[in-house]
Amino acid sequence: MQALGLDVLFKGSNLLRLLGGLGKALEISLIAVALSLILGVLFGVLMTFRNPVIRALSRIYLEIVRIMPQMVLLFLVFFGTTRVFGWDLNAEAASVIVFAFWGTAEMGDLVRGAIISVPKHQYESAFALGMTKSQTYFTIIIPQAIRQLIPLSINLITRMIKTTSLVMMIGVVEVLKVSQQIIEANRMTSPNAAFGIYLTVFVLYFIACWPFSILAKHLERKWSN
Amino acid sequence: MANTLLKIENLTKSYDGNVILKDFNLSVRKGEVIVIIGPSGCGKSTLLRCINGLEAIQSGVIKLDDEIIDSKSKTITKLRQRVGMVFQSYDLFPHKTVLQNIILAPTLVQKRDKKEVAAEAEQLLDKVGLSDKKDSYPRQLSGGQKQRVAIVRALCMHPEVMLFDEVTAALDPEMVREVLDTMLELARQGSTMLIVTHEMEFAKAVSDRVIFLDNGEIIEEGAPQSFFNHPKTERAQKFLHTFEFEHIK
Repeated sequence: MQALGLDVLFKGSNLLRLLGGLGKALEISLIAVALSLILGVLFGVLMTFRNPVIRALSRIYLEIVRIMPQMVLLFLVFFGTTRVFGWDLNAEAASVIVFAFWGTAEMGDLVRGAIISVPKHQYESAFALGMTKSQTYFTIIIPQAIRQLIPLSINLITRMIKTTSLVMMIGVVEVLKVSQQIIEANRMTSPNAAFGIYLTVFVLYFIACWPFSILAKHLERKWSN
Repeated sequence: MANTLLKIENLTKSYDGNVILKDFNLSVRKGEVIVIIGPSGCGKSTLLRCINGLEAIQSGVIKLDDEIIDSKSKTITKLRQRVGMVFQSYDLFPHKTVLQNIILAPTLVQKRDKKEVAAEAEQLLDKVGLSDKKDSYPRQLSGGQKQRVAIVRALCMHPEVMLFDEVTAALDPEMVREVLDTMLELARQGSTMLIVTHEMEFAKAVSDRVIFLDNGEIIEEGAPQSFFNHPKTERAQKFLHTFEFEHIK
């Protein structure tokens, strides 16, 4: 225990504090995920429109998100806006904004891909059977798009959860920040704490993300065709 | 003409300035089986798509009984229920079982009773030899089986005219026969059918009238026996010749 630095876990309320930090990370990521799913579906549908202005704007948005490192975005929103726009964002709000901004773009792209992946013939077969446009969308196109979408969006969700480890950089006390604090506080008594604590963080992230991965795999198998 | 079910008058259809169908006229009697043949790109498929309102037309009139088929009108979904169509790529809905594929439109669009439709669907499936497949998903079926399900799906809407767009073109040779047999059976029962096909022997057997189309115009039409044995126009002769191999021997 001592050699691996795991003993620190059971000192005081260290384990509880770590779990609290994980809770914070999950809170930020799940709020951001919820926002991203809703806004992403809207954005995705918007991207299937033929309007050139909408197309250009969504293209630019998507490229910005893809190119810009999340950490830079976090710094920009948290530190950058404070003086320039006079926004007094707390670190958690800034994190949610950045993660939702990122998630919406990626989710939108997945939704767009899923919608256009439904072959044109599916629409025509439905129309040929006398279905209206909305009947076709709700019974034929959207159910097929969702089957495409769920495994991919779960992948995005786990990526968003993992990436919350960046938000400590703007002062959110999440699981990684708590770990640093614990390691610092026990530097003299348990010099090996870094290994034990970070290993624990690794396991915690794994436990948080693993169920999503299983679900994705399960759905993928169920709907494979 | 008495009993005219479908009447096409002066139909013109073009895509981006390319004329696909030129001043096309055709009337189809109730119970008549018409086979449309011609080289690819001649407008055969487009003709069927126009009849089902899947394509906007530039001029002319397509009438089913006395109702005008207009792809942009609000009543087009009503008219499409009276016209059944089966496509080359047998597009069954992959997320629904065979039975669900068949009963979806009758229950959703025609608001018919689910039990009654399901019973009819099973009866039709039995006729095409697929009653044991009703709970299978399309991915579990062969191409020929899928195409027979697609035919049943269209039939279950009780259409007054059936359109078949090269329904065997994407099938393996062994699968072709089972689909053609299903269509022959339909013809025997007195269905009104418009069939686009490259199966010349089948065309000969099934049709009341053959139409040879090239460049969007009817080049020749007539009874199958006279058309296939003694085509009058040079273009039809040349076209039919491409299906024969005797001269190679």
